[in-house]
Amino acid sequence: MDWDIVNEAIPAIFAALPVTIALVSVSLFFGFFLAVTVALCRLSPYAALNKPAYVFVYIFRSTPLLIQMFLIYYGSGQFRDELDAIGLWQFFKDPWFCAILSLTLNTGAYTSEIIRGGIQSVAIGLIEAGKACGMSTVQLFRRITFPLAMRQALPGYGNEVILMVKSTSLASTITIMDMTGVYKEIASDHFSPFEPIIVAGSFYLILNYIVTLAISRAEKKFAIHAH
Amino acid sequence: MKKLLATAALTAVTLMSGAAQAGDVVRIATEGAYPPWNALNSAGHLEGFEIDLYQVLCARANLECTMEQTAWDGIIPSLQQGKFDVIMAGMSITDKRKKKITFSRSYASSPAVFVVGKDSAMVDFKVSADKISLADLDANEKTSLDATLAVLNGKTIGVQKGTIHLNFLKEYMKGNATIRTYETQEQLDLDLQSGRVDVAFAAESYWHPLFAKPEGADFRAIGPGFSEGPFGEGVGLGLRQEDQELADKFSVAINSAIADGTVSKLAVKWFGFDASSK
Repeated sequence: MDWDIVNEAIPAIFAALPVTIALVSVSLFFGFFLAVTVALCRLSPYAALNKPAYVFVYIFRSTPLLIQMFLIYYGSGQFRDELDAIGLWQFFKDPWFCAILSLTLNTGAYTSEIIRGGIQSVAIGLIEAGKACGMSTVQLFRRITFPLAMRQALPGYGNEVILMVKSTSLASTITIMDMTGVYKEIASDHFSPFEPIIVAGSFYLILNYIVTLAISRAEKKFAIHAH
Repeated sequence: MKKLLATAALTAVTLMSGAAQAGDVVRIATEGAYPPWNALNSAGHLEGFEIDLYQVLCARANLECTMEQTAWDGIIPSLQQGKFDVIMAGMSITDKRKKKITFSRSYASSPAVFVVGKDSAMVDFKVSADKISLADLDANEKTSLDATLAVLNGKTIGVQKGTIHLNFLKEYMKGNATIRTYETQEQLDLDLQSGRVDVAFAAESYWHPLFAKPEGADFRAIGPGFSEGPFGEGVGLGLRQEDQELADKFSVAINSAIADGTVSKLAVKWFGFDASSK
C-alpha cells in the first residue's frame, strides 16, 4: 500500500463524486417516469400498448448494460449523417447524453416490472371500495392504486437504486470521467491499481450506505402502522 | 516425505518470487489491439510486427517463448504479479515506467502524430519543423511546437488511456483542450470518424498503415512528429526488475537483429517505413 497514491486518489476521486451522483440522479428521474408509463402499458388490455412494452422490457433486461451503452454510443456514431439530418446528432455526439440515455432506458425497464408487481398486488377489494365511493379511474389510480403499489414496490426499487449507483461506473468506458474513470487514470498513471481501487470502492460503499439509509427511512414512513 | 515437502516449499518460494528461471518457458504478453505492432487477425490469431519479431529474438537468445494476449490497462501490475514474464506491446521506454520495471534496449521507435478527419478545418496545418525532439528544442522546433499547441487550443483531443501520448497532452495541453481517453485505439478511431473528437493523437507507426486501409482513408496527419521527452527512448521489452539478466539476453538478440537488418525488414513490412532503432 503506497500512501502517497492513496493521498492523491482521495481528493481526485472525491472530485468525481458529483459526476457519479449526476449520472444516477438524472437517469433515475427520467427512468422513473419511463417506468410508470411502461408499467401502465404492460397492464393495458390493448395489444398495441402491452406488446411493445413487453418487447422493450424484454430487450433491456436481457442484454448487458455495457453492450447497450456501447451500441448507443459507438453505434450512433456510425449513423452520424442520418442523425444529423434529423437534428439528433448534436445530442448523440455528447457522451453524457448517451450515458444517461442508456442508464435511463435500462432502469426504466427494470423499474417498470417492480411497479407492475406493486400495482398487481393491490387488493381488488380496495379498488372496489374506491369505485363504490364513486371515484373515477384517474382518481382511483392517484388515490388508491398508485400509493399502495409504491409502498409494495419500495424495497425492490431500493435495490434498483443501489444497482444504478454501481452501473454508472460503466459510463467510464465511453470517456466520462466519473469515479471509475478517475480511478483508472490514477491506476495507469502509477501502474498501481490497488490503492485507487480501494479508494473508489470506499466512495461507492459510502454513497450506497446513504442510499440504503434513505430507503429504509422511506420504508418506515410509508409502512402500515400497527395500532 | 520431508524431502518432498522441502521441494514443494522451495518451488512455492520460487513461484512467489515471480522471477523467470533459466530453462523455463518465457511468457510474453501483448495487447493484440494496436495494429500493426500487435493485433488479432480475422481468424482471431495474433499478428503484427512484434509477433514476427519475438520469434526472431527468442530464437537468437535461445529461449523457448509463448505469446499471449492481455489488456493494456493494468499490463504493468500484471507483469509484476508474475502473470507473464515479458511485455511486448509497443511499450515505450520512459523514466516513469523504469521506476516500476526494467527494459531491454529499444527495437523500434515512432514519432507521435496528430490526426484529423479530411474535412477538418485543421487539415492543412503545417509547421516549419517536420520533427520535434522534445528533449532539446532548437529555436525552429520551439516556434513549431508553440504553433501546434496554439492550433489545438480549445479542441477536443482523443487519446488512448495509459499511454505516453496522454502524458504529453497532460504536460503540454492541460486545461487548454478537452482530453477524452479511450480503452483502445480502435474506439478512439470510431470517435474520430464520427467527429466526437476533433483530433486524435498516437504513434505514426499506427497511423501510417491505417491511412492505406478503408477505415483510415478519411484521416490525415497534421503538424510535426514528436519524439523524446515524455515519449521516452523508443519501444522495448518490459520485464520485472529482478529479471535484468533476461532483459540483457533480449538486448543482445535485438542488437544482432538490428545489425543484420532483420528488424528494419520487419518494420518496412508492417509499418511501411523503417521504424527500427539504430
